[in-house]
Amino acid sequence: MKRLLRRAPAPSLAFALAFGLTGLTAQAGDQELGPLLAALRAVGPEGAANEAAAAAWKDLAGAPASALPTVLQALDGANPLAQNWLRAAAGTITDRALAAGQPLPLDALTSFLQDTTHAPGARVLAWDVIRTADAPRAEGLTMGFLEDPAADLRRPGVTRLLEQAGALLASKQKDQAADVTEKAFRAARDEDQITLAVDQLKELGRSPDVAGHLGLLLEWKLLAPFSNAQRTGFDTPLPPEEKLDLAASYPLPDGTMITWQPFRSTDLYGQIDFNKPYGLIKEVVGFAATTYDAPEARDAELRIGTGNAWKVWLNDRLLFGRDEYHRGSRLDQYSLPIRLEKGPNTILVKLCQNEQTETWTVDWRFQLRLCDSTGTALAAAPAQ
Amino acid sequence: MHRTLFLLACLLLGTAPAQADWLNFRGTDGTAPSGPGPGAAVKWKTALPGRGLGSPVVVGDRVFVSASSGPRQRRLHVLCFSATTGEKQWERVLQATGRTMCHEKTAVAAPSMASDGQRVFALFSSNDLFAFDLDGNLLWLRGLTLDYTNASNSLGMAASPLIVGGVLVVPSENDSESFAAGIDVKTGRNLWKLDRPKLANWTSPIAHQGAAVLQSGKGLTAVDPMTGSTLWEYSDGAATIPSSVSSGELIFAPSHGLTALRPRPGQPAPAQEWRVEQINPGTGSPVVLGGKVYAINNAGVLNQADPATGERGWRLRLDGPFSGSPVGAGTRLYAVSEKGLLQIVDTTAEEGAVAHTIDLAETILCTPSLSSGALFVRSDATLWRIE
Repeated sequence: MKRLLRRAPAPSLAFALAFGLTGLTAQAGDQELGPLLAALRAVGPEGAANEAAAAAWKDLAGAPASALPTVLQALDGANPLAQNWLRAAAGTITDRALAAGQPLPLDALTSFLQDTTHAPGARVLAWDVIRTADAPRAEGLTMGFLEDPAADLRRPGVTRLLEQAGALLASKQKDQAADVTEKAFRAARDEDQITLAVDQLKELGRSPDVAGHLGLLLEWKLLAPFSNAQRTGFDTPLPPEEKLDLAASYPLPDGTMITWQPFRSTDLYGQIDFNKPYGLIKEVVGFAATTYDAPEARDAELRIGTGNAWKVWLNDRLLFGRDEYHRGSRLDQYSLPIRLEKGPNTILVKLCQNEQTETWTVDWRFQLRLCDSTGTALAAAPAQ
Repeated sequence: MHRTLFLLACLLLGTAPAQADWLNFRGTDGTAPSGPGPGAAVKWKTALPGRGLGSPVVVGDRVFVSASSGPRQRRLHVLCFSATTGEKQWERVLQATGRTMCHEKTAVAAPSMASDGQRVFALFSSNDLFAFDLDGNLLWLRGLTLDYTNASNSLGMAASPLIVGGVLVVPSENDSESFAAGIDVKTGRNLWKLDRPKLANWTSPIAHQGAAVLQSGKGLTAVDPMTGSTLWEYSDGAATIPSSVSSGELIFAPSHGLTALRPRPGQPAPAQEWRVEQINPGTGSPVVLGGKVYAINNAGVLNQADPATGERGWRLRLDGPFSGSPVGAGTRLYAVSEKGLLQIVDTTAEEGAVAHTIDLAETILCTPSLSSGALFVRSDATLWRIE
């Protein structure tokens, strides 16, 4: 995935006013934080602006604890590298204050944490600081994050719900246990917690809609097999990549014609398994196509998991591809930022199976879901 | 002339590591002047967060380790402890910018750290690379998967970086966007970047006579650490898990068993001195100690051989299995099994003998480090000093 990692633009006037570049001193103390934060936010690919960032970091890391909310706010809109520079500074400021027995601005940090307009990473950092300095305060906030946009903030609350369910089950309150587990399931956004909740619900006789919860796309049209001899199929442009025509048929070398055929996944986690219609064949390429009807244009994430080499297109534009075989797969293995158009959006997946014969190389499948940046499934139902 | 020599001596002395330092995976060559003896015991132990396989790095009185924790091991830790007391000096926690998927046996904090004596460098399986000074001040950082978007391995990456000629040599070899880079230790920017074979690879580079030697399933490639230009190549294949070891003029490579190579100045390929297919390093890398070369195979057998001829010596069955490599000091080898059993081997015994064991009672996949007569090793949860 080629994330958009641009060098941060020169600070806007709003940014300058917010961080004291006009000469105003930040409330955190005498130290002028604005230029320091700007230097950290300016880091870019391949080490760009690292020298200036290093100099600024050393000064920033010496700021008093009162600077923490300002430092955290600088994570908003910062690129991932800059976020780490800022994160390290915030951690250093916190550690030094704690070691010196100095108070941290916990009220300000709590307000920051509860403001969901801030970047998830910044809010999680605030949470970490609060938890380190005042565990009971953090504990008291836990259950308020079950519907939070930051998936990491949901986790403690989900854990607590699962524990409550376990206690109810131990006391033979099966229905109540199932209700609490369902609440945990709805709140969970990470695979490990989702799986725990799903397994527990199934044991309790409930049937969780995992695909709906995750936004997994289950209805596809499949087309296979093209050749992947010597693994050349990954890079070779094949007809569906050049023009997607679900009514077309294509000749194989032996004269057989192949056509698109419908496939609906019945797998709990939405695996689209080419082996089911085509068998355990090797050195082949298959395509899967679907259409997603978005009620409005919006930003989203396409998340795919597979152990096969793959490429994916959205509305005829190649998003990403990866030529790795059988090194493992998992839910949300790859996250691709996308822009959905209002109405139908076409998704095309190219999935390659190689020549390996070990038993652990038989998989020729993928799972794909659409969600927002929090991992919450997009609401619209797919259209065919 | 005398002034020039004097300045050169000062320069060399100023940049040479202190004798007790252990600056990277397997130190200089997997050996140290001294190590714990038969009466060894745990001097201290301290808690570590999350998971980690990387070897401790020792610079002066400081021990550095990395760790990874949290959901999908996205939290990346760099920790510094007092080598004398085990007291934590500082800890920095950053976030992975690359992919953290890995096999459950390994961890995102699998590569060992490296140091040039003034700075420490931590590479993670997510291809995040951080540089700190010894006091924990962040000097620079890179997100190598942000820069090179297909540089990752869904099984996890574990190759460790190495300082060669003052350059940080960083391996990032995998099935897709595979490369090695020479990185400026002061700025974190590329001095050079080489395409490498598209093949998953968990071996670490070594230094040999001033060159950085990169290993892959295709063989060994020696490059000038300043420019990345190829000096010589050995193309007869090599292992992708155990790494090679340099000793004197020879390199002992896990290739078709164990192969001894002699690079020759100006020649495009090294000479092959000998090859013994029956000495087959398992996960751990070979080590040369006291005029013998040693390797532990996948059955947990420690094999000894003559480095000049490959003639096999004794074989000693240890209590395995082993993920970490053996290291040595004096006449003793140190091997820590996956079950956490430290075995100190007396190599002077007629058939080799385990002289002492310490049961650390935790899963240990790490290669130990040696410094100032002590052994440092870690599990996921614990860092020990043993002497």
